[in-house]
Parts: sequence; C-alpha cells; structure tokens
Amino acid sequence: MQYRLNVNGTEHSVEVDPDTPLLWVLRDAMNLKGTKYGCGAGICGACTVHMDGEPVRSCLMTVSSLGTSKITTIEGIAKTPAGRRVQEAWLKVDVMQCGYCQPGQIMEATALLSHNAAPSDGDITTAMDSHICRCGTYTRIRQAIKLAAAKEA
Amino acid sequence: MLPTELQRVIEGVKAVHPTRRTVLVASAAAGGALMVGWYAFAKDQTRDDGKLNAFVTIAPDNTITIMAKNPEVGQGAKTALAMMIAEELDADWSHVLIAQADLDTTVFKGQYAGGSMMTPENYLPMRQVGAATRALLVKAAAKKWSVAESECTTSKSVVYHGASHKSARYGELAAAASRFEAPDAKTLVLKDPKTFTIIGEPTVGIDSARLVKGAPLYGIDVTLPGMLYAVFQKCPVFGGKVRNANLDAIKKMPGVKAAFVIEGGSKEVFEAEGGTVSSGLLPGVAVVATSWWQADKARKALQVVWDEGPYATTSTESLAKEAEALFLKPATLSLRNTGDADSALKIAAKTVEARYDYPFVAHVTLEPQNCTARVANGKAELWAPTQLPESGRGLVAHTLGMDVKDIIVHMTRSGGGFGRRLMNDYMVEAAWISKTVGAPVKLVWSRADDIGHDFYRPGGWHQIKAGLDKDGKPVAWKHHFVSFGKDKKFASCAGMSPDSYPAGRIPNMIYDASLIQTGIPMGPLRAPGENALVWVFQSFIDELAHAAGKDPMEFQLELLGKDEKLPGRGDGLSTGRSRGVLEKVRQMSGWGRALPPRTGLGVAFAYCHLGYAAEVAEVSVAKDGVLTIHKIWSAVDVGRQIVNPMGAENQCQGGIVDALSHALNQKITFANGRTVQTNFDSHMPVTMHQVPPMEIAFVLSDNSPTGLGEPVFPPVIPAVTNAIFAATGKRVRSLPIDEKTLAV
Ligand code: FES
Ligand code: FES
Repeated sequence: MQYRLNVNGTEHSVEVDPDTPLLWVLRDAMNLKGTKYGCGAGICGACTVHMDGEPVRSCLMTVSSLGTSKITTIEGIAKTPAGRRVQEAWLKVDVMQCGYCQPGQIMEATALLSHNAAPSDGDITTAMDSHICRCGTYTRIRQAIKLAAAKEA
Repeated sequence: MLPTELQRVIEGVKAVHPTRRTVLVASAAAGGALMVGWYAFAKDQTRDDGKLNAFVTIAPDNTITIMAKNPEVGQGAKTALAMMIAEELDADWSHVLIAQADLDTTVFKGQYAGGSMMTPENYLPMRQVGAATRALLVKAAAKKWSVAESECTTSKSVVYHGASHKSARYGELAAAASRFEAPDAKTLVLKDPKTFTIIGEPTVGIDSARLVKGAPLYGIDVTLPGMLYAVFQKCPVFGGKVRNANLDAIKKMPGVKAAFVIEGGSKEVFEAEGGTVSSGLLPGVAVVATSWWQADKARKALQVVWDEGPYATTSTESLAKEAEALFLKPATLSLRNTGDADSALKIAAKTVEARYDYPFVAHVTLEPQNCTARVANGKAELWAPTQLPESGRGLVAHTLGMDVKDIIVHMTRSGGGFGRRLMNDYMVEAAWISKTVGAPVKLVWSRADDIGHDFYRPGGWHQIKAGLDKDGKPVAWKHHFVSFGKDKKFASCAGMSPDSYPAGRIPNMIYDASLIQTGIPMGPLRAPGENALVWVFQSFIDELAHAAGKDPMEFQLELLGKDEKLPGRGDGLSTGRSRGVLEKVRQMSGWGRALPPRTGLGVAFAYCHLGYAAEVAEVSVAKDGVLTIHKIWSAVDVGRQIVNPMGAENQCQGGIVDALSHALNQKITFANGRTVQTNFDSHMPVTMHQVPPMEIAFVLSDNSPTGLGEPVFPPVIPAVTNAIFAATGKRVRSLPIDEKTLAV
C-alpha cells in the first residue's frame, strides 16, 4: 500500500504493508535509522518519536493508523528549541555510553521540557521511567535534563 | 567453540601481569607485535600522503586521523585509545578525528572489547605509537630547518625550534615525515604524566555529537545495495533440531524471498566448554524478505516440528532439585583444601552456616544481536557489532569452509556488549543465510530471540559453614558450590577460583564443587564469575562479622591483615589496595554514624579484573518490606591514572546500575527446556526510579592503569544486602531480592 507521511516537516510517500509499524517504516522504508528497535513491544522506549508533538512508541503505531499526524524523529528534533537544547545538554554532560537508547531518551526529554520548563526530580523520574538504558546512564540523563531546563530559564 | 582468545578475554587477568616490572617486560615482549602498526607503513620510503603509520594520518590542513583499532561497545575505547596516542603525539585534540579500523590481524593486535583489558593492554603501546609518530614529525622539521632534533619541541600539533623562532604545523610536515623509517622503540622517551594535557582530561566521546542526532553508527543501521532482511528461528529448546516446517506456506507470504532450514554447524562447533555451550550455527529456520517487518511477520506464521533433544524437560525447578540432591552427596570436585577445615569446625567456639543461590541472567544488550553479510564468489564481507571480531571471523571461516583471508570484518558500533558480543553466533548465521540466498542480508534478532538464545550468566547454589574462635576470628571455612558443567569441568563462566577471597586469610579451608549437566548455553557477563560469587563471599563474611559481634567494616579490615599479595588471578589480590578502597569508602559514607530505625549501611569489596572497588550502600526497609536504596558510595582503585575521567565515571555508574538490575529485578527461568522470559517486561534492567544517587571516588595508587568495565560491579549487590541486614536483621540469601521476605 502507498502511504503519505509527514516526517520532520516533509511529505514522504512510502510503499509498505498496512500493518507495518512506524518504526520499521522510518528505519527501512525511509532510511531514518536514528529511531531504534529495542523490544518491539512498547517497553524500552528506544523507538520513541513525536506524533504531533507528543512522545509515542513507534514500534506500536501501524502506518495505517497515522493519518495526517506530523511525525518528528531524532533526525528532525533539532528544529525545535527544546530539542536543540536537550541535544546540547546531552553532549555537554556526555550522557552516552553505547548511546543506543539515547535517541528515545532525547525525544522523551524534549517532550517533557516542552510541557514543563522546570521539571522537579520527581517529574523527571515519572517522565523518563519508561525508558531503559541498559548501560545505566540514568544519573547523567537526569543531569542533562536539568541542564537543558536551566538553559531555558 | 570457546576459542582460547575468548577464554583469555573472560579470564582477562591471566595474560597480563600488572606489576610495573612485568608490564614493562610484557609490553616490551609484545612490543614487536603491537608495534607492527607503525613499522609496517614507515618502511615504504616513497609515500608522502601523511600516513605516518597504521594509526595516524595527518592531512595538510592539520587534521589528524587516528584509527580506533578496538570495537566500541560503549566502554569508550574509541576515544580513550586515541587520547593515549594524541597525548604523546602532542596533538591538538580539537583537530583529531577518529576512524574505526576494520579487523586486521596483520597490523593490529588485541582488537577486542572485554575483560576490562582495554586500558591495561594498550596504555603503554598506544602512548608509544604517539611518541613514535611525534618523533617522525620532529625529524621532518629538524631536517627542514637543518637543526638538531633534540632542539625541537612540540605542542598542540606544532613543532617549534626555540632558538631560531621557527615553527611548523604538523600538517605541513606530515608528507615529508611519512617517508621516514619509524624510530626504534627503545629510543622513545614517554612523557612524565605530570605534563599530560589530554590523558586525564574529562573528554566527551568522539561519536557523541553524532549520536545525539541519531547518526546510523550501529550494526543494526547498516544498509547495502540490494540487501534483504532475515530472521532466524532456532529451536526454543536448547539442543533441539528442526524436523520439518511449513516452508511452502511461508514462501507465499508478502515480501518473502526465501525460507529454508539450516541444519547447523559441525559437531566440534557445538561441543564446547563443559559440554554446554553451543556457540556456532545452531539448527533453525531462516526467513528472508524484502523488509525486516515482513520477514518477522512471516516467522510468526512458521510452524516448525522440532526434535527437542535431550534437554526438553529442564526447568528452573528441576535444576534446583538436582542442586539439592548434590548437596546431600559428597562433592565431586575439590578446588581447595588447606589446613583441616573439618577438625577446625569441630573445635570452633562458634559456627555459622548458610545457603545462597542466584539465578541465571541474560545480557539483553539494548541493540539486539544482528549482522549484515555479503557472501559471494568465495569471499565474505561482514558488518557486525562484535566484541571479539577475530573469533567471529574464525567461526565464519570454519563453518562456511572459507579461508580467513577471504573474510573482511567491519566493526560497527555496538549498542551494548556486556560480554554477549564475545560470542559471534549471529555473525555465522548472517553469513550462512547470505551465502544461501546469494544476496547481501541483514539478520536482526527479535528481542525474544535475544532473551531466548543468550549465553546466560549461570545460576548457582552455595552451602557454607564457617567457624570462629573465641575472639571472633574466622578459623575455618567449608564451602560446597553446586554449579554447571560436565566431567569435572565447569561450564563457561560457571567456575569458582580456588583462590576466591578470603582464601589465604583463613587457615583451614575447603572449597568443593559439584556439577549439573545441562544444555543451557552459558557465557561471560560483565565481571564473569565475580558478579555472583562476590555477593556470596562478601555476604557470608558479613554474616561472620555479625556472629563475631564486630563492626563489619572493622571485621573486613582485620581479616585483610598485613599488606601482601595473596596468590590468585592476575597479579594476586593486594590486601593493601583492598584496604585502601575500604578505608576510602568508610570515610566517604560516614560509616558508623547514627541512622534512623530500619535504616542501615552495608559494605563489601572486590578485586576483579585487576581493579579494586569497595562500596557502601545506605538502605531503609519499610514495614511492608519495600526497599529504598538511599545512596551508594564507591571507592575504586585502578592505578595511578584515569585516562578519561568523563568516560570513567560513566563506566562506574553503569557498573553500579547493572549490579542493581541483578540485585533487584533480573531472573531468567526455564520451563520445558526453554527460557520463559521473552522480553524486557519480565527481565527488566532497573529504570530511573530504582537508581539511587551515587558517589564515586578514585583512589590513585602507584600501580599501572587498569580497566573499569568490570571491577565496580561485584561489591554492589553484597553492599546492598548487607545494608538490608543492618536495617532489618534479615539476611538476603537468594537473588533477586524479594521484598516480601523483608516485611515485618
Ligand atoms: S522498540 Fe518500541 S518501545 Fe522498545
Ligand atoms: S547508553 Fe547504552 S543503552 Fe543507554
């Protein structure tokens, strides 16, 4: 089936089966490899993208369910002020170990900061707790979110 | 197949002797081999391309490209090894680029990630590479200016001649410098560490700027023209084979290009260490399609009739029953027998007895196992996230009947390693599937494949009895370990060293073992062996402290006794360095301070993979058993120099978090010969709400720098469970911690 998708501000046309999860459309049909596969079941958060500005698990969204929603991926998040701040903070703190979870973490953190400019420790935990970092960079994730929030203030 | 290379990585410490004297001797001996990198190129007198040796190329614009010879799995090798070279090269770090080398055993040595060996194996050789490269640039400058080399100095990618006020950027000199012979290693003078400007500076990872933007650096991101996607369904029961499958139906599914049975590799590949590890091409059904989603969807429709083999009845319960039965029988293996433990126990003033057990655990790297392969016309090219590429290449060569010379291995970034990617089963699977379909293939395991076909950290059971004399000093220790293996040989990473601490500190000791044979694959997981054994030993030492009525910290320090090296792995455990980290963590944590009710501090330490770590945990336990870990303090001694404090702290935090996942959450169970867990939900690494504040301090001792991947992990779990005892009087003797058992 042919689908028209709005990804990172551009219209794309892809030819995929209707039940293909957005994750695999992005990665394999559109060659946007920044969105990661970790569990395929909504548990790990590695595949997080924004759908009309809200964080969603792209492994759980079928392409046929997307309609006209605007999708933003890690490749496009720098276009938002919050996204850019979060990426800069991530780099400054050097959150990364293997780095594989980080696109998903950055997407979630960006969504958090766009709703809540000065999140408390509790807010950060609540927002980020559904993301797995197998390498254990949680302390730096928290630190980077606080840094990004401070920059806004 | 457990190649000797892998065994060496798991054991880590056996190959390198870390005293200052022996490191120098060892690196001089290894020097010839390690130095091939800069001799091989320098001998070519005709080049002027700025390629000074296998590691360093300098462009006219002053950009310095340094080759990363080792795989990057998140341990920071790519950045840290280049920092070692750049330091002695006097490079301007802001102009350094790092390129990932392919596997090339004719040029590079030690291209692997494991055993916390990156730093100890490379610290001197990489610095020598930098110094040798610098010498070439100085020589080029001296020649150009007709001055003595000894009068030239270097700083930030510039050579200076002070007397004549001349200077030249490395970029201007590199073409001329690339024609010179490499200097004799003996003539190289390395810097005084006090003058370091790169080593020891907190340095952001070289790929970090690209990673935050989602750059496709991982194995799973590789794309080749004309590439197909594959999934591979192996028998869920370990040791099973395919009888038949509905291949015709599968072939008709959307996008499917091929579906076929793979019989599996040769017998010698299957029959490995302890008779339990199968690290090769296992039997199964491959499905190849034009997209991964289609391949995986077709796989879900697969109906395979399996011959489930001899282990189809294995379950967690059946293993526990076997262990129970083995405890009732005399042990079959004697690991250590010093003094006369039985007699000493009879006359001891007090005896303490306990049983400990811990489960199997899976690695669950966040990037599932994958490999992209192009096999055609007798040649193979592989893109793989692997910790041990040489062994992967060997496995592919062996299984496909190829010569290693015809196989190219590109090391991609790995989304985590933790020991899982020391095994290269996914490499040989991808190669086989590509060869069969005659096209480039990307094989990606699903998470269920990954959890169901791991080389698990083995579970184990321990029965220990110890005796104290009237002063509360331990005089006897009798230990029966029920583990896995065959014919008196431990399965991979299921062993226990006869020198396990407190060996050498208690006069009468018996370490015995009995083995269960099983088909479950086992292998190295971060701090192999120690990740569970240290919990058992350090918990039981804590039990003895309480039985003796002594403060656990004091008891530990007393037991360590006088300063010496105890015989054992690596260079042997230094009681002095152990005391050093314990004393540091005692001070950091404010050990001994008054605490609220149901709150406690626990301490533990370990010597592991050449490093020393001591940890204190502060916990409180609510009446209903809910555990809160308030903080973890960690004192770490990995020698006199931390190469990249930025990465080092991250590694330490990672080690602590990893251990907390074992302590609090993770447990693999088996039923009907297969793994029960199929995704993270039932085998969860800890997430943010379970991660306490951590404080890490490095104790800089006058010892050669060693690695940080493993040593921080082992003491974490016993520090937490010892703290739980201090808070509640309840001893955790089974992992993961079950909060229900902590309720009042
Ligand atoms: S891959 Fe989507 S949540 Fe894990
Ligand atoms: S950095 Fe490796 S999974 Fe998060």
